[in-house]
Amino acid sequence: MTTMTLAKAINAGLRRALEADPKVVLMGEDIGRLGGVFRVTEGLQADFGESRVMDSPLAESGIVGTAVGLALRGYRPVVEIQFDGFVFPAFDQITSQVSRLHFRSHGRLTVPLVIRIPYGGGIGAIEHHSESPEAYFAHTPGLKVITISNPSDGYWGIQQAIASDDPVIFLEPKRRYYVRGEVHPDVSPEPLHAARVVRSGTDATLLAYGPTLQTCLDAADAAASEGRQLEVVDLRSLAPLDDDAIVASVERTGRCIVVHEASRSGGLGAEIAARVTESCFYSLDAPVLRVTGYDIPYPPAKTEHAYLPDVDRVLDAVDRAFAY
Amino acid sequence: MDLDHDPGFVQLLTPDGRRVPHPDFGYAGDDSSIAAHLRAMVLARRLDAEATALQRKGELGLWPPMLGQEAAQVGSVAAVGSRDEVIPSYREHAVALGMGVTPLEILKTFRGTHMVDWDSRALRFHLYSFVIGTQALHATGIAMALQLDGRVGPDDATNAAAMVYFGDGATSQGDVSEAFVFAASYNAPLVLFCQNNQWAISVPIERQTKIPLYQRARGFGIPSVRVDGNDVLAVQAVTSWALDRARRGEGPTFIEAFTYRMGAHTTSDDPTKYRGRDEEASWRAKDPIARVRAYLRSTGAIDDLWEGHLTNESDALAEQLRDDVASLPDPALADWFTRVYAKTPSGLIRQRDAHEAYEASFEETA
Repeated sequence: MTTMTLAKAINAGLRRALEADPKVVLMGEDIGRLGGVFRVTEGLQADFGESRVMDSPLAESGIVGTAVGLALRGYRPVVEIQFDGFVFPAFDQITSQVSRLHFRSHGRLTVPLVIRIPYGGGIGAIEHHSESPEAYFAHTPGLKVITISNPSDGYWGIQQAIASDDPVIFLEPKRRYYVRGEVHPDVSPEPLHAARVVRSGTDATLLAYGPTLQTCLDAADAAASEGRQLEVVDLRSLAPLDDDAIVASVERTGRCIVVHEASRSGGLGAEIAARVTESCFYSLDAPVLRVTGYDIPYPPAKTEHAYLPDVDRVLDAVDRAFAY
Repeated sequence: MDLDHDPGFVQLLTPDGRRVPHPDFGYAGDDSSIAAHLRAMVLARRLDAEATALQRKGELGLWPPMLGQEAAQVGSVAAVGSRDEVIPSYREHAVALGMGVTPLEILKTFRGTHMVDWDSRALRFHLYSFVIGTQALHATGIAMALQLDGRVGPDDATNAAAMVYFGDGATSQGDVSEAFVFAASYNAPLVLFCQNNQWAISVPIERQTKIPLYQRARGFGIPSVRVDGNDVLAVQAVTSWALDRARRGEGPTFIEAFTYRMGAHTTSDDPTKYRGRDEEASWRAKDPIARVRAYLRSTGAIDDLWEGHLTNESDALAEQLRDDVASLPDPALADWFTRVYAKTPSGLIRQRDAHEAYEASFEETA
């Protein structure tokens, strides 16, 4: 066991994948010589060469579109989109091609492509650098959507995503990049699409992922001091969702609160609320509540503290759930 | 100029400050207009340095420096007429100043108190764009609108054109190639002004193109010129010619201003990781300001007194900017809900009201 930051853990996972399979190639803007703007790919070009760790021209549609071609020829490309807000030039490739080639080819073709996207806010950035685009991708059949919250999942998750024969959108919470955590390099991990109960509780379930997981753990600590035992579940996989784990937790606690940074309408919270209501209606003591970003574009940095879900907003939702 | 003819690398003022002739282009102004360029470049550089310093002190979230690109920006904006529309990328700080944006308005975006706070329609200077290359298409559409409005033609009292700024990295984006296609197809009154500063963060120009960028435009049927982007006289001469063509209905022009990003991509970037000091030193020897200063000194158009005034003016600008930035109030999130739609839906009003009530609950208990 070792301790490292999330950025270093993903780096280590990428390194292990590059070592294990000569068909794994990395592409993206500034990922080679610079090691990526977040340094997630630092040192990989030096060790694996420019033909396996490629600094690409500045064109996201080009990066994803050419990665499709590489994947069709048996490579396993891992591409980096530099920031969440810059994935949209590649949106056509992702939603019209990457997600559908298996379907369009009657199952003959696979696209084992991983699209890594640093995402989320809380870093004081300018526009287009704090987006949470997961719902677009989770809404698109054919894509798997993974988001990690800790170094262990960064290390193992990236390797599992690369091993997937289906395309994976791999969302990395950028404000957690430099937070350290334990990584077990030899312990076999949970499956890629399993949710994880991170903290057990009996009174309400907090469903979180990526950057809001820690927020919910902090909220659970605070609630415990007031006598409420909150269960915190890291969803980990947004497509497919681990319905069984979600339902099992909500049936234990009777209350469910979904927490995400993305804006509310049409977000993952809405999808989860529908599923929980359909599956757990008679176990619920309160409606499923959401703590999310508001239905506005990501606001200027000086206001993001009020936009992002924080411990107080989560506890406020817990209070409301108990008031029913 | 014969549009099939390649004028080569257009330079009118050498790095050591000598005026040189060019067969196709000449600078129309006199020494006093050159001195005005020098003043604009010095003030823009001071703004840039002050903003970089403010970021280091935590007063700005980020700053993309334009150090080294003063001549490309000051020379091109000097060619803009009173009806022309200018569409920037995100590093066009000297262009912004030239179009009437205040230093504080530029910095508001990077402090994170505002999105983009200048009146883009009144100034004819559009919003900064942070998604690379996207604005090239908007600019083409603006040029098409000028054409539809009947603003293109021989009457120099009423005609108008558009000019869009983007960088070498942006030329790899599909949007920019599409802008070339549309601009050429509709003969849009557009100047595509590319500041080739040699680096897209850590990726050198060689990764974006295998031929000189200006030659690419010709493949789209767009005449093009490569100009010394560190020569304010040449930049103005070439840009004036291109804007004149556009206004008169002769179609789009691509200008490659060959320059150098002397600083980092942004204050988050560390260029020592990807480029050498020798390269930086070789470009410092081509500084856009030093050559103008040397020339104007050689002709006697400026002296110590003139430069002393300019230094005082720069100092005052920097001091004012520091004070203004520090006194910018933080915005309230509640203000942003009514800026999403022209008419705010009732559900969003309810969301705002709930947010305000929630925030107020802390004040009552505090």
